[in-house]
Amino acid sequence: MKRQLILEDGTRFVGEAFGSERQTIGEVVFNTGMTGYQEILTDPSYCGQIVTMTYPLIGNYGINRDDFESIEPHVFGFIVKEACTSPSNWRSELTIDEYLRTKNIPGLAGVDTRKLTRIIRQYGTLKGMICDMDVSVSEAVAYLKETELARDQVKRVSTKSPYASPGRGHRVVLIDFGMKHGILRELNKRHCDVVVLPYNATTEDVLQLHPDGVMLSNGPGDPKDVPEAIDMIRGVLGRVPLFGICLGHQLFALACGANTEKMKFGHRGSNHPVKHIETGKVAITSQNHGYTVTEQSLVHTRLEVTHIALNDGTIEGLRHRDVPAFTVQYHPEASPGPEDANGLFDDFMAMIEQFKKERGVVHA
Amino acid sequence: MPKRQDIETILVIGSGPIVIGQAAEFDYAGTQACLALKEEGYKVILVNSNPATIMTDTQIADKVYMEPLTLEFVARVIRKERPDAILPTLGGQTGLNLAVELAKAGVLEECGVEILGTKLEAIEKAEDREQFRALMNELGEPVPESAIVHSLQEAYAFVEQIGYPVIVRPAFTLGGTGGGICTNEEELIDIVSSGLKMSPVHQCLLEKSIAGYKEIEYEVMRDAKDNAIVVCNMENIDPVGIHTGDSIVVAPSQTLSDREYQLLRNASLRIIRALGIEGGCNVQLALDPHSFQYYVIEVNPRVSRSSALASKATGYPIAKLAAKIAVGLTLDEMMNPVTGKTYACFEPTLDYVVTKIPRFPFDKFESANRHLGTQMKATGEVMAIGRTFEESLLKAVRSLETNVYHLELKEQVDDALLQKRIQKAGDERPFYIAEAFRRGVTVEQVHAWSQIDPFFLTKIADIVKYESVLREHVGDIDVLKKAKEMGFSDVAIAKCWHMAERDVYEIRKRACITPVYKMVDTCAAEFESETPYYYSTYEEENESLVTPRESVVVLGSGPIRIGQGIEFDYATVHSVWAIKEAGYEAIIINNNPETVSTDFSISDKLYFEPLTIEDVMHVIDLEQPIGVIVQFGGQTAINLAAELAARGVRILGTSLEDLDRAENRDKFERTLAQLGIPQPKGKTAFSVEEAVRIAEDIGYPVLVRPSYVLGGRAMEIVYKKEELLHYMEHAVKVNPQHPVLIDRYLIGKEIEVDAISDGEDVFIPGIMEHIERAGVHSGDSIAVYPPQTLTRDIKQKIVDYTIALAKGLRIVGLLNIQFVLYDGDVYVLEVNPRSSRTVPFLSKITNVPMANLATKVILGAKLKELGYYTGLKEESEGVYVKAPVFSFAKLRNVDISLGPEMKSTGEVIGKDDTFAKALYKGLVASGIHIRPYGAVLLTIADKDKEEAIDIARRFYNIGYQLLATNGTAQTLREANIPVTVVEKIHTGTPNILDVIRQGEAQVVINTLTKGKETESDGFRIRREAVENGIPCLTSLDTAKAMLLVLEAMTFSTTAMTEKKVGV
Repeated sequence: MKRQLILEDGTRFVGEAFGSERQTIGEVVFNTGMTGYQEILTDPSYCGQIVTMTYPLIGNYGINRDDFESIEPHVFGFIVKEACTSPSNWRSELTIDEYLRTKNIPGLAGVDTRKLTRIIRQYGTLKGMICDMDVSVSEAVAYLKETELARDQVKRVSTKSPYASPGRGHRVVLIDFGMKHGILRELNKRHCDVVVLPYNATTEDVLQLHPDGVMLSNGPGDPKDVPEAIDMIRGVLGRVPLFGICLGHQLFALACGANTEKMKFGHRGSNHPVKHIETGKVAITSQNHGYTVTEQSLVHTRLEVTHIALNDGTIEGLRHRDVPAFTVQYHPEASPGPEDANGLFDDFMAMIEQFKKERGVVHA
Repeated sequence: MPKRQDIETILVIGSGPIVIGQAAEFDYAGTQACLALKEEGYKVILVNSNPATIMTDTQIADKVYMEPLTLEFVARVIRKERPDAILPTLGGQTGLNLAVELAKAGVLEECGVEILGTKLEAIEKAEDREQFRALMNELGEPVPESAIVHSLQEAYAFVEQIGYPVIVRPAFTLGGTGGGICTNEEELIDIVSSGLKMSPVHQCLLEKSIAGYKEIEYEVMRDAKDNAIVVCNMENIDPVGIHTGDSIVVAPSQTLSDREYQLLRNASLRIIRALGIEGGCNVQLALDPHSFQYYVIEVNPRVSRSSALASKATGYPIAKLAAKIAVGLTLDEMMNPVTGKTYACFEPTLDYVVTKIPRFPFDKFESANRHLGTQMKATGEVMAIGRTFEESLLKAVRSLETNVYHLELKEQVDDALLQKRIQKAGDERPFYIAEAFRRGVTVEQVHAWSQIDPFFLTKIADIVKYESVLREHVGDIDVLKKAKEMGFSDVAIAKCWHMAERDVYEIRKRACITPVYKMVDTCAAEFESETPYYYSTYEEENESLVTPRESVVVLGSGPIRIGQGIEFDYATVHSVWAIKEAGYEAIIINNNPETVSTDFSISDKLYFEPLTIEDVMHVIDLEQPIGVIVQFGGQTAINLAAELAARGVRILGTSLEDLDRAENRDKFERTLAQLGIPQPKGKTAFSVEEAVRIAEDIGYPVLVRPSYVLGGRAMEIVYKKEELLHYMEHAVKVNPQHPVLIDRYLIGKEIEVDAISDGEDVFIPGIMEHIERAGVHSGDSIAVYPPQTLTRDIKQKIVDYTIALAKGLRIVGLLNIQFVLYDGDVYVLEVNPRSSRTVPFLSKITNVPMANLATKVILGAKLKELGYYTGLKEESEGVYVKAPVFSFAKLRNVDISLGPEMKSTGEVIGKDDTFAKALYKGLVASGIHIRPYGAVLLTIADKDKEEAIDIARRFYNIGYQLLATNGTAQTLREANIPVTVVEKIHTGTPNILDVIRQGEAQVVINTLTKGKETESDGFRIRREAVENGIPCLTSLDTAKAMLLVLEAMTFSTTAMTEKKVGV
């Protein structure tokens, strides 16, 4: 069935519907990864967004049992050049159409996704609507203009109640702002005794669990929409070693007095070079963010830039000068994308051990 | 890290002649690298024996040595030039092996030359099987069970352990020469023994066969700071078991999930880091289609064919950056030349699908074994880009120029053969697969037969299904649009709709179904780029903006094949440069990923497109150039001229009408008659009966060939009526559209001339004389400049005829003429109204920029304004020899005897002060080992016996031992020449084949008998020589040339009382 994508600037793309046939509105963003659509679809950070893949053939290896990054996908819509109807991979269980249908997510295929990407590159991320053919462009644009995009995505995607993912190693409290399973996977791989708390956990909630470390997860949207978390971070800072990823990184920066701003079209893909300032070495990283910590806002903080994006110079990593805390804007847990920065989880473990040694902490 | 300040001069080793497994990709890489080093301020000294390359142009390096790529000559250059450093990783396996030799011989140490880039130790670790396996074990990277064997006994022992099938890979050979899969003892004996012989270190790797695994390649780069990136990954459609050079390859991988992608990416980066590669590297991996199990197949620690493909597939110039890494720069401080705004330290992302299909020489070598395995057989390749896999595949198919515009078979086959052709991979497998789907075979069944991933098979099945949709919806615009999005050519649609191609084109234009052009920008549009590198697709937004500047379109020459090689790319590139100099926008259309012409930095705009009328017209419709230049793209471009003109496109330079007068037999004959220039008697035959009548009329022997062919395809010399009939029945299909040309065969000296004409003046840079007499294709004969045996009168006659022909044919641009000198008279054999194979050779030795001049003349300049005149340029000092290079060792079952059909894949130059010295260099550079002593084995046809006596005597006089078969021996004995008789193949052992196998002869001279029985004996002798690496000369002229060299380098040792034999 023919359906359409209409952007707030009035551009219209007609394509072939797949997945759900409901109408959806979201912020249209592009991801340049050539593989990893299953992980992208289920990355809660895309809550509120309609994602277009720049690689034209999507769904080639189907949807499998293992590569989900959350139990439920939160992406609002999915736009591709071609959605593969006969995937081929030994792990494939469903086609992408079947999966999106089950999860009630609308998709649109047959779109000139390169044209769409170039529009987003030029104008910045913009609102869009996937709808039936009977909606006129002017109607849609008017509707898009007056629609406020959601600001409560973190609340929507975060776990409602705490849960444990037990291990025999360091106790890590993981705050779920829209956590990708990959983060949990990396902590589990390092035998951590993980307790996952909702986004609005208080300092009390955290400290009560006597954590060896606190991990701030990734998540959707504007960090300023999650003020609760900022208070919590301020409370635990210095008392427990802290590691943050993506939204967690931005929240950490805000908690330390820095500022964040919205980027024109963000960084979304698996090929982003990040330079480690201390060693000068570059890692190719997986990224997904539309906001960034502003450099000038660091002046009056105790934060130090550890990593920058090689291409646009934006901040990709921060470290607190006084207390054990560091964060990165990118995704060391990969999934999808390169695992070059995976060692950051080891750094976190080392930081925890160092902290324990210094404080003479006796927990396991 | 800043670039190295402690070195000034860098020696770059090229890859030498084009052979199967090592082709134009190294001209592309080498040219890029030399320019990159110059850009950084280094003085570049280049050694390369291949005159047909852009790389050996004097402006590419500060000093260019066109010398044989042997230890002897390169050491000489090093001792003379004393470079500070050497960069060995850009000249393919040849460059790498030579660097290893130079190091081992102590030359580098002696002259204080440092190896740049990847260190020798790393190269050896990657190339030496045992060291490589040890490293992989250390890293925990899985490699298939294998054993290094040095003898057949060791091979038996291994097979006993793990069983068949096993793969044999000889160490240190090009393109897997001599390798193969063995499923039984007979094959094991065959392949292992020849592999051991071919390996310079006499070692083979025997490996558990993992045939059926997915074959995945990663092109990776690393710098001295340990930054490591993946430029591109690629998936071979053909599973493991077929050499990647012979496989259809897509980029990026299509059937790998992110986990699999990252699994193999991690492995590749671990390996390149462990090896300490500084530059580019290719990692080949095999992935189980049913698990995460993978194996590392091999690593090439240098730029390669795959890196050229990856560069063109992504836009990311690997060789250029590898060269800069070698002088100390790091990836994070270099800009990505494509965007100009982002850094080179990132991983390109594609928003299109790339398909590469190899081009095979089987159209020329009909007897060759078309089965594909671990031994590479392709001479070239095409690449196509599309937004769907179907589009990319179908565009690649029609880029092949095999007169096929769709996935369809030319001939009918029965079901059994169809199945066989799918089970046992050959070059035409995709066509058989499509046919199978047409006959209702399921994807599952074809998968079971071929082990090709169902993803690709389903796509092919979808294409086939859409053929029926088309047939059921004639004229339906929506269906038409969808078909174009799937990459169907107008020809294919026209066939389904039973109309002419032109009609489909018109319907489309009316319905506004025309392609848009998208940019190849390395970043999927994330960043703004200005790379003028485009491909067509059927979507909404066109990114190729037409500028107000006047533009000129140059048509490239497509894939490298025998008869149309890198020489045409050379001329194309020079034409592009000349157009830019003349102030026009230069636009090129080509589809060969290996070459310099498809480097986006060469032209103002590059369209990576099939060279079919439809695809070319699309570009022209958009760009509205002032005209199209067809003279430099070989027959590919010439063949498009008529249809382009018919569609109102202006052909620049020699007009279509005049092109036709040179190519059309009758018109040409009339022109010659008018000009009073003689040619061997000949006529065009439109039927078999006519052919016979003509031959009898002009007298045997006659030369027969189809009209309009390049490289002497299907050309033969026939001596009697029966042979002619056999030819007419088997070699050609004669009909009124495809006549056959029949000419008197004049046994004389062949002379070749290239000239430039502006319609008024005709400038002739030089005359070349061929060593082999007419009848051996000009591309396969040794050519000498300046002519060594022509009198002044003859030369003048040639000059006069050339001028008359250029004017008479109203040539504007280049022309190439072949003459034969017979009985003191000069006859014209053929005129090619276009750039020829000899243009680069002649340009380089005479310092006349021929393609540049021709282009400017084509654009309206006059030779006089450019400083040239009518007549022959004064001869350059020195003697220059162009020697052909063959790839026979790689093509089993191909007869190596020289004849009118071209067989060589490349060429080398030999230059020195005297003819003998130049010839020596030419022969050595072409890979012939010239030994001052040894034995020569002669088997001479009766017609040549008389002539061979003198040759035999001369070999004897320089101390060679003579071996001969009975008949030949008898002739020699009668002439009082001592000779040892060798048994013929059927008359006992040890026979002639044993002599060759055991290395008892250093040269074999075998001339062709036209009797069928002995022919097969001759064939076996010649093949045996090739497979044992012994020079086999099939023309007595080549033998004489070799003797000339031997005599020049040999001191005679005659006892005081002894008389020379025969004196």
